[in-house]
Amino acid sequence: MWVAIIVVLVALGSLVFHLMTPWWSTEIASNWGSMDLTIDITFWVTGPAFIIIVLFVAYCIYKFRAQSGAAEAAPNSNHKASYEPENKKLEVWLTVGTAIGVAILLAPGLVVWNNYVTVPDDAVEIEVMGQQWQWGYRYPGADGKLGTTDARLVSGDNPFGLHLDDPNGQDDILVEGDDLHLQLGQPVNVLLRSLDVLHDFYVPEFRAKMDMVPGLVTFFWMTPIRTGRFDILCAELCGTGHYAMRGNVVVDEKADYDAWLAEQQTFAQFRASLQDKSKNVKSVAMNDVIEDKTDGGSPVSPVAMNAAMNTVGPMPAHGAATR
Amino acid sequence: MVDITQEKVENVGPAEVPEMELYHAHSWWTKYVFCQDAKVIAIQYGGTAVAIGMVGLILSWVMRLQLGFPETFSFISPEAYLQFVTMHGMIMVIYLLTALFLGGFGNYLIPLMVGARDMVFPYVNMLSYWIYLLAVLILVASFFVPGGPSGAGWTLYPPQAILSGTPGSGAGIVLMLISLAFFIVGFTMGGLNYVVTILQARTRGMTLMRMPLTIWGIFTATVLALLAFPALFVSAIMMTLDSVLGTSFFMPAIVEFGEQLAYGGGSPVLFQHLFWFFGHPEVYIVALPAFGVVSDLLSVHARRHIFGYRMMVWAIVGIGALSFVVWAHHMYVSGMNPYFGFFFATTTLIIAVPTALKVYNWTLTLWRGDIHLTLPMLFSIAFIITFVNGGITGLFLGNVVVDVPLSDTMFVVAHFHMVMGVAPILVVFGAIYHWFPLMSGRMLNNAMGQFHFWVTFLGAYLIYFPMHYLGFVGVPRRYWEIGETSFITTPIESLNAFITVAALIVGFAQLVFIYNIIVSVFKGEPAERNPWKATSLEWQTETVPPGHGNFGEEAPVVYRWAYSFSVPGAVDDYIPQNVHPDDVKKIAAAEGD
Repeated sequence: MWVAIIVVLVALGSLVFHLMTPWWSTEIASNWGSMDLTIDITFWVTGPAFIIIVLFVAYCIYKFRAQSGAAEAAPNSNHKASYEPENKKLEVWLTVGTAIGVAILLAPGLVVWNNYVTVPDDAVEIEVMGQQWQWGYRYPGADGKLGTTDARLVSGDNPFGLHLDDPNGQDDILVEGDDLHLQLGQPVNVLLRSLDVLHDFYVPEFRAKMDMVPGLVTFFWMTPIRTGRFDILCAELCGTGHYAMRGNVVVDEKADYDAWLAEQQTFAQFRASLQDKSKNVKSVAMNDVIEDKTDGGSPVSPVAMNAAMNTVGPMPAHGAATR
Repeated sequence: MVDITQEKVENVGPAEVPEMELYHAHSWWTKYVFCQDAKVIAIQYGGTAVAIGMVGLILSWVMRLQLGFPETFSFISPEAYLQFVTMHGMIMVIYLLTALFLGGFGNYLIPLMVGARDMVFPYVNMLSYWIYLLAVLILVASFFVPGGPSGAGWTLYPPQAILSGTPGSGAGIVLMLISLAFFIVGFTMGGLNYVVTILQARTRGMTLMRMPLTIWGIFTATVLALLAFPALFVSAIMMTLDSVLGTSFFMPAIVEFGEQLAYGGGSPVLFQHLFWFFGHPEVYIVALPAFGVVSDLLSVHARRHIFGYRMMVWAIVGIGALSFVVWAHHMYVSGMNPYFGFFFATTTLIIAVPTALKVYNWTLTLWRGDIHLTLPMLFSIAFIITFVNGGITGLFLGNVVVDVPLSDTMFVVAHFHMVMGVAPILVVFGAIYHWFPLMSGRMLNNAMGQFHFWVTFLGAYLIYFPMHYLGFVGVPRRYWEIGETSFITTPIESLNAFITVAALIVGFAQLVFIYNIIVSVFKGEPAERNPWKATSLEWQTETVPPGHGNFGEEAPVVYRWAYSFSVPGAVDDYIPQNVHPDDVKKIAAAEGD
């Protein structure tokens, strides 16, 4: 008897927790409300199925439990189980019902997925580049086109590995050690790239995410629908500093966005500033720092990484670390 | 062309010892250590799996301590945390669950349940265990090498698994990969035995459609494993080469901490396809034996036939086949071609149909049964509840677009623990309470068993059910510490601490269980023969526990399926598979006397 009661309590407790939980999706900040809706549909289809099945089990335990010793004492008593090996009609109905339930989940899911993988024509491209354990961002600049890249070209004076002979790349705007800025209401196709290991660009409020794979350019698209400053997390295990690979994205009104973008350096400007610097400073300290790290052998704590980033400055941060 | 002079044989003497004598083991070593009896091998497999599983359990405690009480334990560094995560996952999935279900229950039950005297290749079967033990020892050795064990996550994704930013990227990962390769070699030896024994060594009358579902589950899982493990094998070998020789199977051009590495041209996504081509069938390699075993437990302890036996068999086979075309649902956000999402979401959700049918048939087996709330029955009921819960959250993650916000969050952790951790392990416990009397001739202590059951079932549910909601919030998995964030509006510290305390308590209950086993082996209440009044052949042996060769002079002959419970017209509420139809006591005849 009390076994049945506990089983009922498991079902009801789950339901109550679900209805009362203070832990739920954060307020959405992108156009992917349809993902939340698909989750809701899934709850509406599967939640009742769970409750019904568990309550049915509880009912069976209550109704058909053996009276103590009855089976042994009187095997021919009323408590003997019924014998009905198959019931084709019932099994067919259950199959059809389940298939319908599954179709109700799948159909809207595939429609939304189709939207997710179909980038609208008016989306602007930006690039997010991951490396252990920080983010870099690249905007296409005045020509609206991102320059082509190659990981082989990455160096202290070319942190994104841009092809120097690609004219599209010269006006690309490079951002490292600063927030990512997006314009409210502007669809954006986020191109994702990694220099070293797998990362995953994840902003909980945007719902969207995608892995960043060295050797590939992956993408997702989204439209920010409210202004604010949101956390960027890495969602694909990328080594010791995985938990500390954070950043921020700021969604601005158009005017603020344009003002911010105007302050940023283009690739050409960055190269020029480096040449100025190298005239003044005999050697670039960064290379020494890198050798420090690689000679040391063991991975560097991300706290040290961040500290190093701040001291070295926003641009040549990749891999710059001291211990 | 060689000139051989045939020697004349004067006399060939008669066999000096009877054939059966040669077959039995004669020394202590060959009887208990290098033993070819599948039942002993089963216990060796089971004991080793449980021992390494305890390591996995302790690792989970340490991880939970870090998540529940961050910045409290100085010995849990970010590196150590990832190493615990990795070793816990790999140990539990491969070295505990796979080994226990197939090497443990498979070895013990297959020959007995199909009416064979042993596996068909006993020597290879013995080797299978010793190679498995070697694999376990290599894995354990990785704790003691410089840099420690791999911290790449149990999925071992390159490039990070073999790059310096990941703990254990030197000797740790290489030992892990070598250990896996050995595990697969050992498993293949055992797996061939299981398949051939089931196909070739069944006793007279044991048609395929009379086999207990336990055997169907183990059989199908073994076929899956034989086809899926090679994918892991090649990936382990290739990654070892990438790590040791600097090849680039999975390694593209990489800039590591500002330094150009010599790798180039390989594909990290290729590894993921290979890994999950193994990894998804692996889920069913664990789940299908559990499906089979729980069907038999429910039937025996509800004194009722399994409902829809033929449907259950075809569901197992169908799920097994489908499990090979769903793997990339682990990779929806991996950067693979996004159009794969349509295909894999569809196949994944289709697999829900046969799976749901199995659930319906388990509950319909209880319906109008005569339910004895024994420990095996309690564990089976708990399995149904946790499996339905975990299966349903699978419908979330399988539906590609729902997976996007939830992937790599604690929702995933909660889902796969519920569906392939908690649910199958509850079946393992139910099975041990059920078959312990056969293996040892003694019963397990019921009071300790009740304590173990309620703490394990309710505790595990309290750990994993709320954990899903952390995933909705967006809390990522494999984070040493989440720290301050703006997206977590309701603090999660209290929930994390609660889950940790629950995990510690549930872990403690497992110590009670192990104590119960050790004490009961020696001092348990002696079991009657066939204490659960089961119909399948393993309970119809001449001696309990069954000796070498399993059955007496004559192998049993099977006349019916394994589910003749409460048959109308029969006096007893069960009719063993090997009772001749003429010997079945019928009610009409009984009244006529």
